[in-house]
Amino acid sequence: MSSAEHTRRDFLYIATGAIGAVGAAAALVPLIAQMNPDASTIAAGAPVEIDLAPIAEGQIVKVFWRSKPIFIFHRSKKEIDEAQKVDVNSLPDPEPDSERVKKGHDQWLVVIGICTHLGCIPLAHQGEYDGWFCPCHGSQYDTAGRIRKGPAPKNLPLPPYAFLSDSKIRIGETSATPA
Amino acid sequence: MSGHAIYQPQNKFMQWLEKRLPIGGLIHSSFVAYPTPRNLNYWWTFGGILSFMLGVQIVTGIVLAMHYTAHVDMAFNSVEAIMRDVNYGWLLRYLHAYGASMFFLAVYIHMFRGLYYGSYKEPREVLWILGVIIYLLMMATGFMGYVLVWGQMSFWAATVITNLFSAIPGVGDALVTWLWGGYAVGNPTLNRFFSLHYLLPFVIAGVVVLHVWALHVAGQNNPAGIEPKSDKDTVPFTPYATIKDGFFMAVFCILFAWFVFYIPGYLLNGDNFIPANPAVTPSEIVPEWYYLPFYAILRSIPNKLLGVCALFGSIGILAFLPWLDTSPVRSARYRPLYRQFFWLFVIVCVGLGYFGSKPPEGIYVILSRIFTIYYFAFFLIILPLLGIFEKTRPLPNSISESVLGAKA
Repeated sequence: MSSAEHTRRDFLYIATGAIGAVGAAAALVPLIAQMNPDASTIAAGAPVEIDLAPIAEGQIVKVFWRSKPIFIFHRSKKEIDEAQKVDVNSLPDPEPDSERVKKGHDQWLVVIGICTHLGCIPLAHQGEYDGWFCPCHGSQYDTAGRIRKGPAPKNLPLPPYAFLSDSKIRIGETSATPA
Repeated sequence: MSGHAIYQPQNKFMQWLEKRLPIGGLIHSSFVAYPTPRNLNYWWTFGGILSFMLGVQIVTGIVLAMHYTAHVDMAFNSVEAIMRDVNYGWLLRYLHAYGASMFFLAVYIHMFRGLYYGSYKEPREVLWILGVIIYLLMMATGFMGYVLVWGQMSFWAATVITNLFSAIPGVGDALVTWLWGGYAVGNPTLNRFFSLHYLLPFVIAGVVVLHVWALHVAGQNNPAGIEPKSDKDTVPFTPYATIKDGFFMAVFCILFAWFVFYIPGYLLNGDNFIPANPAVTPSEIVPEWYYLPFYAILRSIPNKLLGVCALFGSIGILAFLPWLDTSPVRSARYRPLYRQFFWLFVIVCVGLGYFGSKPPEGIYVILSRIFTIYYFAFFLIILPLLGIFEKTRPLPNSISESVLGAKA
């Protein structure tokens, strides 16, 4: 029998190999998926409601949502002006102040307090731009949480949130109606 | 090249075993009769020291794991309990913590020795690459072990290092969430790091077996950088190499013991005696000393993606060294120009380590940029060109001639 001839053994060999490959790939699915956030972690990541009334003008408070620090900054008139006056095109990650806050709530800046460089928590009211300064590698953010100087590539990210009333927000979803 | 003696067990049991599992013969041919170049110096003793340190880390690690609790609420306290309550726990933990530092010290000397004497060149390319893989595994293992302490520096080191992967365009954020098992470094992260920290040393041991296997196929390089030609050029591994390795291992252990018993706090970071706090980043984040040169390279580049690429590139480039160095001469003894560039490279690596420990501002940023450029230029420009332009000194005719002079 010549080796070039296709035999039933060749068929079995290829079919077994193919089934084996599919089986190995299928076995990888649970092995990889188990490392993603589990059900309790996702459940604990439900939206949180925050009362803004106790936050004084100029104050920055830190709350947690999904284990991430959220900065809520009650900005003064001066700090809002600083954020609005900047030439947007001169910024490393150009975004006007109006896109950083909710319409009609200029005094409230809500950002995720994680430096976009390597994940440290920036220090409030520090640095040259009256916003945040990251102690790890020197990134500086302004009063709209935008990156101005240092190695961080992006502005502090905005969490999904909505105003329930003038003094209450819900972090975790963008619609004001309860889920 | 013939061996020096063939294994012939006298003992009846060993004769019986040898017919069924020839392990005695394997050990004899690998570690007794194995011919080693007669001119090996003390820089060649670090392979044995590294095997010993891997053993120390595995033994102390296994017993530490009997007392450690991998949970965010208990990890820090369990480490403190090891220090205060467990019998000899302080000793076991310091041996393990300083064992890591001594392990890295030995591996750096081992790597620089390979670099100086051209040990990565044909036919030892695979041997060298296996070494680079072991080094990468050591870095991952050391990092995850440091996180287990769950102090402030542990937590923020875990945050910063895992965030390196967020620089990957597109899938970066999803990948980091997958690494964490949550939306930030937390209990799932600590648990998996513990699991992997226990696993990886055994993976290292497996690659070490391949490394030693490849070594015994190609044979050892030597300070002259030429292959043994006759039995006159070699001596049997036992007693010559065993006693030399053993003696210097003892010397190395004196340094190890001095750290453990006399200055146990010397390399420990004060911030890591504060329990992990996800709400506050320490004012200065500094990795362990053995990662500092790479940390300096990361920080010297003011762009996140490029910085991360440079960090991984600075390690990955080592795997290509056998082909980047185009010179046919191995040993720096006979390469006058390479020798100078080599020592400059050593200074640059130590310098980068020093800058990595300093705050990222002013002169330190400028100097670490210059040193980073040299680091890459050494591999990508200097080594390829030296092979073409360098006038090397004449090689000795044989290893015994290099030791005994022309009269041999």
